[in-house]
Amino acid sequence: MSDVNERVVAWTADELGVEGRLLDVVKAPARVLSEHGAQVDPTDPEIVQLAADLVATMRISPGCVGLAAPQVGRGVKVFSVDVSEHPKTRDHHGTFVLCNAEVVESSRNEKAREGCMSVPDFTGDVKRASRVLVRGQLPGTGEVVEVRANAFEARALQHEIDHCDGYLFLDRVAGAHAIHPRKTYL
Amino acid sequence: MTLHAITVLGHDRPGIIAQSTAILGSLGLNLEDSTMTLLRGRFAMVLISEGAADTASIEAALAPLGSSGDLTVTVRELPDDQQTERRTTPWVLTVHGGDRPGIVSSVVAQVAAVGGNITDLTTRLSGELYLLVAEVDLPVDVDVDAVRAALNATADRLGVGATLSPVEADEL
Repeated sequence: MSDVNERVVAWTADELGVEGRLLDVVKAPARVLSEHGAQVDPTDPEIVQLAADLVATMRISPGCVGLAAPQVGRGVKVFSVDVSEHPKTRDHHGTFVLCNAEVVESSRNEKAREGCMSVPDFTGDVKRASRVLVRGQLPGTGEVVEVRANAFEARALQHEIDHCDGYLFLDRVAGAHAIHPRKTYL
Repeated sequence: MTLHAITVLGHDRPGIIAQSTAILGSLGLNLEDSTMTLLRGRFAMVLISEGAADTASIEAALAPLGSSGDLTVTVRELPDDQQTERRTTPWVLTVHGGDRPGIVSSVVAQVAAVGGNITDLTTRLSGELYLLVAEVDLPVDVDVDAVRAALNATADRLGVGATLSPVEADEL
């Protein structure tokens, strides 16, 4: 399939017209990570700045393919994604930010091991749809866009939307043996 | 044939499983169920063996494992008891939040209160983050929404979050 949304592919953080700042990433058990994020006005200058900050912070974080507002301490529904460099990616939309996003359709569940910058010491096996239709709004213009995503981009979108709803991958793990320490303790 | 429960706990190093299973094999014992993990970096293994060897001879054969003093080995004969079948549905319970005393006991008390049975449990502490994942069988007549409400109320009191989701098994 190559069912990508050309508007989203064409989107870049330059459209925001503000310089992104680097923010600190908060880690579990920070309360904000478990709170349901608030809907936002995507044209609000504060949200536009947050969008730019998320992209900037995502870019300097090694291996980071997505960052949600709660991860920088803001309990709102905004996240950035860019899976273009990841080996598990099939189709993708490059770098983009969505506000108030939700999964509209999903199918083809697959299990895979996920990590998260906010849970640095663990990974977990999580079943997620490998095809999704996500609806959200672009920051700045507030345009409503639909993103049809597959494979790793679909997984990343669901992971970020979960953050905006107050869920971590820890809430989705498949069972008691589905959590794996990243480090050993000496 | 007799079942024995054997535990090996202590300082981790390469070769513990190889050595212990070779000893059990030499006694003609079959390994049935086993589980092994590292708990805060320590080796922890529990296994059930089946075979004719008696407890004393298994203990004697495994003694070299613990001879350096950094591994503890226990051997117990298991009585032959049949599990009673109960009609249940499978769930995964996840709890995570800031570490504090009493998270596990308070949460699992809610499961026990409705006759739920925990069949698998992992807890992990890393920095301030405490994490519990349990697989839970709930009796079929249990009101799951009420269990979830009780778990959430307990979690709120502890300042942690709890999620109870059905186990999804795809039949192929």
